[in-house]
Amino acid sequence: MSILNYLVLSGILFSIGAVAVIVRRNAIVAFMGVELMLNAANLTLVTFARMHGDLTGQVIAFFVMVVAAAEVVIGLAIIVSIFRTRGSASLDDASLLKS
Amino acid sequence: MSELTISSGEAVIFWILAPLMVLGALGLLFARKTVHIAVAVAGVMVGLAIMYIANEAPFLGVAQVVVYTGAVMMLFVFVIMLIGVDAKESLKETLAGQRFLALLAGGGLLVLVLAVTTRAALPDPVGLAAANADTNAVGVARILFSDFVFPFELTGALLITAAVGALSLTHRVRLGAKIGQRELATAKLKAYGAGAGSSLITNRPGPGIYARHNSADMPAVDAAGEPVEDSITTVLRIRGQEARLPSEEELAEAGAPYGQDEPAAVVAGAGDERKELEQ
Repeated sequence: MSILNYLVLSGILFSIGAVAVIVRRNAIVAFMGVELMLNAANLTLVTFARMHGDLTGQVIAFFVMVVAAAEVVIGLAIIVSIFRTRGSASLDDASLLKS
Repeated sequence: MSELTISSGEAVIFWILAPLMVLGALGLLFARKTVHIAVAVAGVMVGLAIMYIANEAPFLGVAQVVVYTGAVMMLFVFVIMLIGVDAKESLKETLAGQRFLALLAGGGLLVLVLAVTTRAALPDPVGLAAANADTNAVGVARILFSDFVFPFELTGALLITAAVGALSLTHRVRLGAKIGQRELATAKLKAYGAGAGSSLITNRPGPGIYARHNSADMPAVDAAGEPVEDSITTVLRIRGQEARLPSEEELAEAGAPYGQDEPAAVVAGAGDERKELEQ
């Protein structure tokens, strides 16, 4: 098995996450797509760290994790407050600027 | 530098985990219920943690389990519970051809990424045996606290900002005065004094009819034989799951439980008892 397999898997996961962000209407599901993309990028970082024998990639992946955790907290808080005011978590319903 | 050899055990782990992870990720596209998607993605996160450990990053693997499956995905599940588990997602396309175009773009991205990764001239893998000589955590910490110490401090500020931001985003300003038990009781008594029904201040009747049904969805019967709607919990009434009283005909068909048509043996037994008492 080649170490490239990890990169291929990470590419597949990243594409699935990207399509989920575009296709799904539910804000929470789209948000989980973002998380999947971040994790796929992390797998790439870890694999490249191993390929080059340099731990810096793992440190960057650690930073990605921290920022993703903060981003999840804020994003979910926004989803909850939008749900409270509009009664819906659908991305299509947040179209105040259109009308 | 020595070349990295990937053991067959790692290959087995990869070929078992990778299809499962892709399946879980596909749940993100095709599953209908949000909770199922959250659990599937949590499974993908666990798979990624195992892959990190296989990739000589045990510290990141443990952090992945703690941060992603333990905190982030459970936070997702909390929010799903908060805003309604059974909120249906409308599958109607609001933009014509959006789904097709999205799949096309996603497929294009996939092909592009795979072409780049498989055709790039990458160096031979080195492996982390040298870098992980004093355990992986020590190696990561050396880099984190030397080259990246300022970004590391910044993440502290970021996390505090995120926590305060989440609090202020979800904080609700109280619009009226707080209504406690005392205020509620006073208001009820005032309404009763102004002529409202007595059910405001007395206990409401419990559900069920004597001897025949006492399930929670069966309304109680008042003295006039009419069902008491208040005796069923609001949840069942809103869902339309309350039962109705049996009609006279149904009662007659089912056979009266007591009163008429008493079996002879019981009557005879009762008579014998009376005789014994009389003696």
